[in-house]
Amino acid sequence: MLRFGARLIAQLSAGQVVCLTGDLGAGKTTLVRGMIQSLLGPIDVPSPTYTLVQTYEGPEFELWHCDVYRLEKPEDGYELGLIEAFEDALCLIEWPDKIEPLIPEDALHINIAFEGEGRKLTMTGFKGIT
Amino acid sequence: MALTALKYTVQEKALILGIESSCDETAASVLRRQADGSFEILSSIIASQDEKHAPFGGVVPEIAARAHMQKLDAIIDRAVTDAAVEYDDLSAIAATSGPGLIGGVIAGLMGAKGLAMSLDIPLIAVNHLEGHAVSPKLAGECPFPYLLLLISGGHTQLLSVKGLGDYTRLGSTVDDAAGEAFDKSAKVMGLGFPGGPRVEKTAASGDPSAVKLPRPFKGKDHADFSFAGLKTAVARAYEASDKSDQANADLCASFQQAVCDVFDDRTRRAMALFRKDISAEIDSPQRFVVAGGVAANKKIRSSLEALCNAQNFTLLAPPLKFCTDNAAMIALAGAEHYALGNFDAMDVKARPRWPLDGESARHNPASGFGKKGPKS
Repeated sequence: MLRFGARLIAQLSAGQVVCLTGDLGAGKTTLVRGMIQSLLGPIDVPSPTYTLVQTYEGPEFELWHCDVYRLEKPEDGYELGLIEAFEDALCLIEWPDKIEPLIPEDALHINIAFEGEGRKLTMTGFKGIT
Repeated sequence: MALTALKYTVQEKALILGIESSCDETAASVLRRQADGSFEILSSIIASQDEKHAPFGGVVPEIAARAHMQKLDAIIDRAVTDAAVEYDDLSAIAATSGPGLIGGVIAGLMGAKGLAMSLDIPLIAVNHLEGHAVSPKLAGECPFPYLLLLISGGHTQLLSVKGLGDYTRLGSTVDDAAGEAFDKSAKVMGLGFPGGPRVEKTAASGDPSAVKLPRPFKGKDHADFSFAGLKTAVARAYEASDKSDQANADLCASFQQAVCDVFDDRTRRAMALFRKDISAEIDSPQRFVVAGGVAANKKIRSSLEALCNAQNFTLLAPPLKFCTDNAAMIALAGAEHYALGNFDAMDVKARPRWPLDGESARHNPASGFGKKGPKS
C-alpha cells in the first residue's frame, strides 16, 4: 500500500483531487502516508480524523490530507477552505461522500476493499493519468 | 521575535488568561503566578460537548470559526468573572495555537490576539502538547524530569519532560491515536460514542484472550505506536463474529487487552530511553505521568501501575479534569513562558501540526500551516 502510494503520487499535481473510499481499517490513511512520505521524506503523517485537515508543503504545491467523516453537511467543506484547495493544492480526501456535491467531476476515485488477507483497489475517473 | 513583542516587560506577579480551543473543548482559565513561581488556578471553564455529540456516533466538529468565536467570548467572560478579576488586571493572554482542529485553533488564537491588542498586553502562543506536558503540575508537586505518556483522542506520545521547553519525544503514534482506536472500534461494533467508556463497559463481561489480535510494534527497539492495524483487526473480527452480546464483550475485552499490552511494551521501552535521555542510572527511581482521556480506563491504569512498580517508577496520574483538554494547563504553560519573556508577535500562525520536540520551530515553523491556510 505504501509503495503503491509512492508510485501514485508521482503522477499527481496541484489542482487534482483524489477521493479515497473503503471501510474503516481498509488502508486509506496508509495509502496517503505512502504518498506523502515518498514526496516529503519520513515526516509525521498523523491521522486527520480529529483535525479534519492536515496540510503539507510540497516542493511545488501544497498537499491537503482531509478526513471529512466528521462533517455534518457538505457546506462545512466551504468553511474548511476546500474549494480553494481543490484548485491550488493536491487534495487527498477520505470519506468524500460526506461532501459529495463539492467534489469536482474529474476527481480520481480510489476504492479500497478487503479481499482475503489483501486489498483490492479500484480506480475510476480522472483524465490524463498514465 | 518581532519588535512589537519587545515593548512589554515581565511583572513579578502575573495574571494569565489561558484559552484552549484546539479540538472538541472550548475552555478558558485564569491563573495567578507569584514571584517565586508558585501559582494558583483562579478559574477553569470548559464547555464540554460529548453529550451533544453522542447522537452522531462521534464528535461533530464546529467548523465555522465564527461559531467558535461566539462561544469563546462567553467562556472567557465566565473565566474572568469566576476568577473575580477585571480584564484590566490581566498580564498576558496565552492561547493554544496548535496542533489541532484548525477552525477552533484559529478562533481561539484570533480571540486571544484581539484581547491582547485591546488590553495592550503580550500574547503567548502555546503548543497544546506543551500544556499537556506541564499539566501534572496542576495537580500538585511534580518536579522535572519525568516521563509522560499522553494518551487521548488526538494524541499518543511518550515524552521525556526535562524542563519548560525541554522535551524529547521518545515515541508517538505513526497513524491513529489510542483514543481514536477506541472510538473507531466502538463505532465498528455499534457501541456509540464516546468509545472509550463504552468499550470498557462492554469488555467487563468478556474474555480478554478470546479473540486473537495483533500487538503492533511489540518488541521493537523504538518506542513508537501504531493502532491502525489493530483497528482493522477489530473490524475484521467483528465481521467474522456472530455479533452476540458475548461476542462483542469478548472482542472488546481482547481489544482492551491488546491496547494494555502495547502500552506496557512501548512504555517499558520508553522508560529505558528516558533514563538514557536524562543520563540516569539504569535502576534509579524516576517519575512517570500518564495523562489524557484514555488514562481513565481502569485496565490500562492498573497495567501501567504494575509496570511502574516493576521498573522503579512512581506513577502519577493527575485527576482527569487536569489531564484531559483544559485551559488551565495552557495558562500554566503560558505563565512559564511569560516569566521568561517569551512573547509572540501578532502575526503568529495557527498550526494544525506542531511536533513538540523542535523548540526552534516555535517561532520558525518549518512545516507549518503556511500563508495560504483557510481564514488566515
